[in-house]
Amino acid sequence: MTSTVHRPNAGTARRLAAWLDGHARVRLGLLLAAPMSWLVLVYLGSLALLFLNALWSRDPFTGLVVRELTADNFIDIVTNPLYRNVTLRTVAMAVAVTLTCAVVAFPIAYYMARVASRRVRGMLTVAVLMPLWASYLVKAYTWRQILSNDGVLNWLLEPIGLRGPGLGDSVVGLWLVYVYLWLPYMILPLYAGLERIPTSLLEASSDLGGRSWMTFRRVIFPLVVPALVAGSIFTFSLTLGDYIAPSLITTTQFIGNLIFLNFGVPDLPFAAALSLVPLGIVVLYLLFARRLGAFEAL
Amino acid sequence: MGKRRFLGALGAFALVAAACGTGASPSPSFNLPTSVGDGEGQLSVLAWPGYVENGSTLPEVDWATPFEDATGCDLTVQVFGTSDEAFSLFSTNPEKYDVISASGDASLRLVRAGYVQPVNVDLVPSYADIFPALKDKPYNTVDGVHYGVPHGRGSNLLMWRSDEVTPAPATWAEMFDPDSPYAGRISVYDAPIYIADAAVVLMATNPGLGITNPYALDETQFAAVVDLLERQKPAIGQYWVDYTKQMDAFRAGDAVIGTTWEVIQKLLAAEDPAVTVEIVKPSEGATGWSDTWMINSKTRNINCAYKFLDHIVSPSVNAQIAEWFGEAPGNSKACEETADPGHCDAYHADDDAFWQDVWYWQTPEAECVDGRTDATCKNFDDWVKAWTEIKG
Repeated sequence: MTSTVHRPNAGTARRLAAWLDGHARVRLGLLLAAPMSWLVLVYLGSLALLFLNALWSRDPFTGLVVRELTADNFIDIVTNPLYRNVTLRTVAMAVAVTLTCAVVAFPIAYYMARVASRRVRGMLTVAVLMPLWASYLVKAYTWRQILSNDGVLNWLLEPIGLRGPGLGDSVVGLWLVYVYLWLPYMILPLYAGLERIPTSLLEASSDLGGRSWMTFRRVIFPLVVPALVAGSIFTFSLTLGDYIAPSLITTTQFIGNLIFLNFGVPDLPFAAALSLVPLGIVVLYLLFARRLGAFEAL
Repeated sequence: MGKRRFLGALGAFALVAAACGTGASPSPSFNLPTSVGDGEGQLSVLAWPGYVENGSTLPEVDWATPFEDATGCDLTVQVFGTSDEAFSLFSTNPEKYDVISASGDASLRLVRAGYVQPVNVDLVPSYADIFPALKDKPYNTVDGVHYGVPHGRGSNLLMWRSDEVTPAPATWAEMFDPDSPYAGRISVYDAPIYIADAAVVLMATNPGLGITNPYALDETQFAAVVDLLERQKPAIGQYWVDYTKQMDAFRAGDAVIGTTWEVIQKLLAAEDPAVTVEIVKPSEGATGWSDTWMINSKTRNINCAYKFLDHIVSPSVNAQIAEWFGEAPGNSKACEETADPGHCDAYHADDDAFWQDVWYWQTPEAECVDGRTDATCKNFDDWVKAWTEIKG
């Protein structure tokens, strides 16, 4: 005896679901619509607007933006030695911070990945992540207090007759602040990268007669380079664009401060042109990082 | 195929860029209001810190709440650190702030950009009592049209920690001496207008340059001033915009000498424990400010705006602000209302001779503001570029 199966009356939602089931491409498109529109309209679109703004100029008499295309801003940036010096200074600081973070983060990440027991590893992960919960401004202002004339650092160094870098035109204080701020961003990728190294490789290396330095140099370091570069993307690009910490900790200008100063005039077209400089540097850095395999390690 | 697509996108981009065209020029012809009606219920004010107090700094320092109670106009106050910041806030949000207290280096820029409207001073009863020396000045009146109501005037001053700096300075020399014992602990206002402060010093120390107005600097004069500032740069310990940061620096000893506003010294002295700072107007003279209350050309709260202008320059309120901030009041009747009867004398409210060597902030222009026609002076853009380069 045959029985007919009655399909219940399909509501709109079920009909739509059924139709989508047969059209995989549409499904994919809908899924990607929101993030793609964010990427294209919001992100790339605003970058395009930034570039357009950089091609405009400011009327010195009224202070209003003159919407006529001109390359004056770019010519100014390239010819005036000030912008070259400030850019080099900013890149040098970014490199210094990256290297210091790498050196400081490595022992911590190694301990967490390979030596610590599960409980200790969990506690250390929380300890590394906790500073990220505090706001950037709170941390920057705290360091301002620490480095200040009557701050903790001078108080600690006084018995041995030294003085801290202070809040003047020395950039040493700023370097300390950046290392503190971005260290968690270096520790975590390194930890992930070190965890992935199979213990058998390390044992094999010691079987073949390699002591700790040899093992580090020939086995661990090459395997962890992608993770190092992934962490460096954070430390490099975050340092490159920052202006708040320099304005609180030092009187020296970095490229972020120049952009901020021009925002304040307000010379928005010139600020836009200046913004393209760190943007270009970061794009180059990301291409270089991709070459070194950083994006697989993230 | 990919290349063609890319070129197509580029072409579309160029079309958009060209279509955006030149900026529209503002300032339509204007009809002055003839009467002040009922308040609209709110007013947004852009003011210097200390100008519009509502009891949140100190409970007894409050002239905003009585205004709100009397007129029903709820005040939202935004403070700024420099005139450039004020102009920038205004230009990125032209409809947000209804009323602004503009110093002379912002007022004309606001007028030229079309951001502020002419003010019918007959609708501001307190205007009649404003000191004549503040009326019809180039920074508040353009071609006979009043663009605001004068607020008062003050001088930038030299402040020092009396427990760290001896003997007490009487000139700006200590601030500009790179070998000063206080090098590295000098606090300086972080705005291009500070170039005028150095020009004031050169007016006294190098009269051969022929500077008659620190905002009118031709090529040679400007080069000399920039040179003085570049020699000062290594000794500077702090660039301040936010007055609380200067207070932090003096309290902690990161700065022991610097340019300041009187209100900062008063706040430091009122702290517990008090910070021992003193102030003086140095013998070379100083830069200063003469502020004007202006109304946004696009305001929707015009009645509240006029009521506010009258309230803020009325004798008792003007007196309170003048005493709180440490400046000379603009309203001549305010002198009878100050808590300290000697306030107006101390601040030279009616002493025009005192103000001869106080140079109110003013926007430098290519057409020399000292009236010279045989030279071109550096304009504000040149000052901004020079300031960036001095900071290095």
